[in-house]
Amino acid sequence: MKKSWKYWVSSMQENDNKQRCGGEKLKRVYVNEKWCLGCHLCEYYCAFASSNEKDMARALKDIRISPRIRIEEMDGISFAVSCRHCSEPLCVKGCITGAMTKKDGVITIKKDKCIGCYTCILCCPYGAVSPSEDGAIQKCELCIKTNSGVPKCVEGCPNGAIVFEERGE
Amino acid sequence: MAVDYIYPDYEIIRDYDRCIACRVCERQCANEAHEYLSDSKKMIADNAKCVNCHRCVSLCPTRALKIVKSDHTFKENANWTGKSIKEIYKQAGSGGVLLSSMGNPENYPVYFDKILLNASQVTNPSIDPLREPMETRVFLGAKPDRIERDEKGRLKKNLPPHIMLSMPIMFSAMSYGSISYNAHESLARAAAHLGILYNTGEGGLHEDLYKYGKHTIVQVASGRFGVHTTYLNSGAAIEIKMGQGAKPGIGGHLPGAKIVGDISKTRMIPEGSDAISPAPHHDIYSIEDLKQLVYSLKEATGYTKPVIVKIAAVHNVSAIASGIARSGADIIAIDGFRGGTGAAPTRIRDHVGLPIELALASVDKRLRDEGVRNNVSLVVGGSIRSSADVVKAVALGADCVYIGTAALIALGCHLCRSCQTGKCNWGIATQREDLVKRLNPNLGYKRLINLLTAWQHEIKEMMGGMGINSIESLKGNRLMLRGVGLNEKELEILGIKHAGE
Repeated sequence: MKKSWKYWVSSMQENDNKQRCGGEKLKRVYVNEKWCLGCHLCEYYCAFASSNEKDMARALKDIRISPRIRIEEMDGISFAVSCRHCSEPLCVKGCITGAMTKKDGVITIKKDKCIGCYTCILCCPYGAVSPSEDGAIQKCELCIKTNSGVPKCVEGCPNGAIVFEERGE
Repeated sequence: MAVDYIYPDYEIIRDYDRCIACRVCERQCANEAHEYLSDSKKMIADNAKCVNCHRCVSLCPTRALKIVKSDHTFKENANWTGKSIKEIYKQAGSGGVLLSSMGNPENYPVYFDKILLNASQVTNPSIDPLREPMETRVFLGAKPDRIERDEKGRLKKNLPPHIMLSMPIMFSAMSYGSISYNAHESLARAAAHLGILYNTGEGGLHEDLYKYGKHTIVQVASGRFGVHTTYLNSGAAIEIKMGQGAKPGIGGHLPGAKIVGDISKTRMIPEGSDAISPAPHHDIYSIEDLKQLVYSLKEATGYTKPVIVKIAAVHNVSAIASGIARSGADIIAIDGFRGGTGAAPTRIRDHVGLPIELALASVDKRLRDEGVRNNVSLVVGGSIRSSADVVKAVALGADCVYIGTAALIALGCHLCRSCQTGKCNWGIATQREDLVKRLNPNLGYKRLINLLTAWQHEIKEMMGGMGINSIESLKGNRLMLRGVGLNEKELEILGIKHAGE
């Protein structure tokens, strides 16, 4: 079990490399499992980022959060998973209504077009797309809709395990 | 029968209006002070487990937590304080020696805080370090008494080995074992970047860190852990540790539980065996014996590296230093009684030793009086807390200072003084894998660089204010110092005048 888990991590990184070779240059969220503490703070900062509230306690008090980044953990290994913004995104290809588009390297969702068929959820090899409370799907959009600059998960990671950077080919 | 219940010293206060039960406090507390009640979806805390390290407070995303000192009290008594009473309860229950860590926290005078610096006005111009060159570089090692020339009048190159530092600050000895690999890597990388040295302490040098050898002081202590020829030759200088400010006269004991994996390999002792450093070096009972070790180490390294002898500041420190200055050592390091440690008997830590300011002043004076000051450089440690302390130490006669606690604080240490438990929540004084990873050296080494870059700026500002443009001109320049609220004897030992004089 342990072996297969590590294999999964390395294959994900390999896949990342392949995606980068697509020729696009874009700042992405990268996670280094070596420094991930499994503290889950990224999930809470993510949920706060999409809440449109000024105060985190007000935004997240007594609710069950559904963040766009999620910690996977097992056998002492943990890491955060969010949308890879693939060069050839299966979710965009699979979307039957054109609700998902890729613009300037960022895969975004138009909520009013989404009919909640969840094809994208089934397509995504990373499990980075999830249903949301309003019926449409939700995924990491690098905080471009909610705030400028650095995504909240990156800003809030206490150990520098999540970084937002452009990596060379 | 007496009942041993001691009310916790600190209380965890949670603002339930702000707590979102994200459970980060629970996940991050190695002491398991926080707990999530799934039926009521509420966090609770056990104050008795809290060591006041602030890990939960720092990570709480909604700032719902704070730690306060308990106001629970014994009946007031200036003599029998709550602390004394509690310690008796603990010992009556356990029968054991009380253990603590980090530096002496007791209320002894801090002489640095009773010394003020001078500045130039009108008659002697001050210097602006942003506009004019300012030198903080120092060289440590024995200085030749005179210039010698050969028959053709050319300078003889008879300078003994020296180390060059970009500023008069080094990271003091903290062993791999007492602190984590990530802490060591942070110190090594920061030292290399800053052009200063860090010190391995008595735990050997991890093979990955040999590449920072030019910025490493390799230590040889009474347990001789991890010492071999390659180790000695890998560093820029060799330090013989005779004593430590936090526990003068006492050896060290790293529990077998911490001797795991790479630590066992680096120390060259079996996994799980206790690493016991004897109180004395069993081959050193005199200055002559010390001289033998100094020259053994010089022989082993082809006379290419300066040898440091580190001693704790104790009552007759100046006589001891005078002996060491004649032993062939190139540098003397003196550790004051506020110096830190990973574990020490509480009574030793709190009641043995001398303030570093007094030790430094008396050693510098004694060596100058005896005409042997140039035989050695002086490095002092034992609670250098800021750049002002550095400047004052240099003006009292130090060539350089060691910082240990300040460096650890930069890495995240909150001085909870619980290192001896091995459960450091900040990933510093622990070997538990899940805790060690909390200190990411990629972030840690930058914080150390930031700290010392800032100190270097401040040192230049203070020097400039005094009209001094080189740290060498500040060294032993006690006219730049004045005491406040010190008695005649203290001023005499420090060799400074009182403010207003």
